Amino acid sequence: MQISQEEVLQVAKLARLEVRGDELENMTEQLDRILSYVAKLNELNTDGVTPTTHAIAIDNAFREDTVKDSLSRQDALANAPEQNGEAFVVPKVI
Amino acid sequence: MKLYELTIHKLQEMLAGREISAVELTRSVLDRIEQTEPKVNAYLTLETDKALEQAEAADKKLTEKQAAPLCGIPFAIKDVMCTKGMRTTAGSKILESFVPPYDATVIEKLRAEGAVFVGKVSMDEFAMGSANENCAYGVPHNPWNFDHICGGSSGGSAASVAAGECIASLGSDTGGSIRQPGSHCGVVGLKPTYGRVSRFGLLAFASSLDQIGPLTKDVTDCAMMLNAICGYDPKDSTSVDRPVPDHRAALEEGLEGMTIGIPKEYFGAGLDPEVKKAVLNSITRLKEAGAETRDVSLPHTEYGVAAYYIIAPAEASSNLARYDGVRYGFRSQEGESLLEMYSKTRSQGFGDEVKRRIIIGTYALSSGYYDAYYKKASQARTLIVEDYKKVFAECDVLISPVAPSPAWRIGEKTHDPLSMYLMDALTIPANLAGIPAMSVPCGFSTDGLPIGVQMQASHFEEEKLLRVAGGLEKLLGIASAKPSMD
Repeated sequence: MQISQEEVLQVAKLARLEVRGDELENMTEQLDRILSYVAKLNELNTDGVTPTTHAIAIDNAFREDTVKDSLSRQDALANAPEQNGEAFVVPKVI
Repeated sequence: MKLYELTIHKLQEMLAGREISAVELTRSVLDRIEQTEPKVNAYLTLETDKALEQAEAADKKLTEKQAAPLCGIPFAIKDVMCTKGMRTTAGSKILESFVPPYDATVIEKLRAEGAVFVGKVSMDEFAMGSANENCAYGVPHNPWNFDHICGGSSGGSAASVAAGECIASLGSDTGGSIRQPGSHCGVVGLKPTYGRVSRFGLLAFASSLDQIGPLTKDVTDCAMMLNAICGYDPKDSTSVDRPVPDHRAALEEGLEGMTIGIPKEYFGAGLDPEVKKAVLNSITRLKEAGAETRDVSLPHTEYGVAAYYIIAPAEASSNLARYDGVRYGFRSQEGESLLEMYSKTRSQGFGDEVKRRIIIGTYALSSGYYDAYYKKASQARTLIVEDYKKVFAECDVLISPVAPSPAWRIGEKTHDPLSMYLMDALTIPANLAGIPAMSVPCGFSTDGLPIGVQMQASHFEEEKLLRVAGGLEKLLGIASAKPSMD
C-alpha cells in the first residue's frame, strides 16, 4: 500500500476537504492505484539531474513601480457570497 | 453551404466584401445552436443579445473598412477564461455564479479585433479530465456520434466547432486538453509554446503547463487565431517578449525542406490499429510530397504520465486553494466556524476528480514526501526535455498519434481514473517540455469517428508546425468533412 486511509484523511484535512466515511475507501483505493503507478519513476536514475520547474528559461520580470488603475472596491466585492459594502464577511474567527 | 459551416478566412472575405453582414452570420450560428444544441450540449452560457450587439458593432467597423482579420467572427470560449460581465464557471459548482470583473488578455485581444462572443462552452471541471465527463453541468456529446465523448478537457470547444455552433473556439491545454478533443471531434487544435500566449485571466490549473490555444475548422484559421492571441503581456510574467511572426504567411512556404521525425515510442503497444494506419498514411503522403522522414527515439516518453500526475496535481493543489467561499463563488451555509466553512464549501463545491487531484498534490508536496514525488517528477521532466533537444537537433517536426484510440463511449472509463490518465500519454510530454504541438484531422475509423495526427516542434517553432499541418491538410483534403448530426 502506498497510502493508508488515515493518511488520506490527514492530507484531506490539510487541503481543507472533507472525505466522508463512504467515500474514504474508494478514494484511498484510487489514490493508491495512482501512486503505485507513479512509483514507476523510481526506475529512473536521476542522480545529479537538475529538476525542471519551468519549461522556458525566463529571468525575473521587472517593471517600473508606477500607479495604475485597479479594480474598484465595489467590483472586487461584487462576487462575494457575503460582504458589507466595505469588506468580505466570514464566520466569526475569535 | 450554410454560413455557420464556413471557415474564418472565407467568412472574412465575404464580410470585408460586404457580401454578408456580421449580424447575418451571427444569426446563422445562433439558429444552428438552437437546432443542434439539444443533442450536443456544448454551451454552458449563451449570450444571444450581446452577441448580436457585438455583430452590429463589427458591421460598422467593416463598413468603415477598419476591420481587423477576426472582425465579426462568432466565437465560443472555453469557460475557463475570464470574460468581463459574462459568467465563468470553469465547469465547477464552486464558481456557479462567478461573473468576472475583467477580461482575460486573450479575450481583450479578440475584442479589440471586433470578435463576436456567442457564449462559454463546456469543459472538465478546472480542466481536469480527458472526456469532458467531469463537468458539473452535464456532458457534451461528440457531433460525429452522440454516444461518444468529445474528449477533454476542452470538449465543448471541439464539439461546438465540429457542430457549426461557432466558427472557432479558444481552449486551454495542460496535458493535451486542446489536441485530444480536437482529434476526437475532427477539428484542428494548437497548443502554442509555453509563454507564447498570455495566461492572464485563465483560471489556473497547473501554471507551469497551462497554455491557451485555438480550435478551428482548418489550419489557416488556426494560424489567423494564433496571430490574434499571441505575444508578450506585462500582466503575465511568464509570457515571452519576442517578435511575433505572421503565422498565416508561413503557410505559403509549404513542406519544402522539412525533416519529419517519427518517434518510435509513440507507436507502441496499446495503439489502436486504425489510428496507427491513419497516422502512417499521413506520413507516407508527406514523404511523397517531398518531406524527408527520419526514425527517432524519445526514450523517456513512458515516464511522462507518471511525472505529470505529480506535477500537475501539486500545482493544482496550490492554485485551487483560493476557492474558499470568501471572495467569490459558492459558499456552504453549513458549518459554524471559519475552518468548517472552508472545508464544507470546498467539499460541496468541487467534484470528485478535482478533490482527488488536490489530495494527490497536497500529499506529494507534504513534508517527507517532497523529494520522493515532486523532486523526482521534476527530474524526470528534465530527462524528457533533453530527449526533445536531441531529436530537434536533427528534425523539424515530430509526427505521431494524438490519442491511442478514437473517442470512446460516454461512461466507458468514468470509474477508472488511472486508465483515463493513460489516454494522455502521447500529449503530456509536449506540456512538460513547453513545446508547441497540434492536432490535425487525418482520417476516420470504420465507425466514422475522427482520428487526428499530432505534430510537435521545438520552442517557438509554430510556423514549422503550421507549414507541415497545412501541407498535410491539402494532401488529405478532409478538412471540409462534416458530421451528419442525425
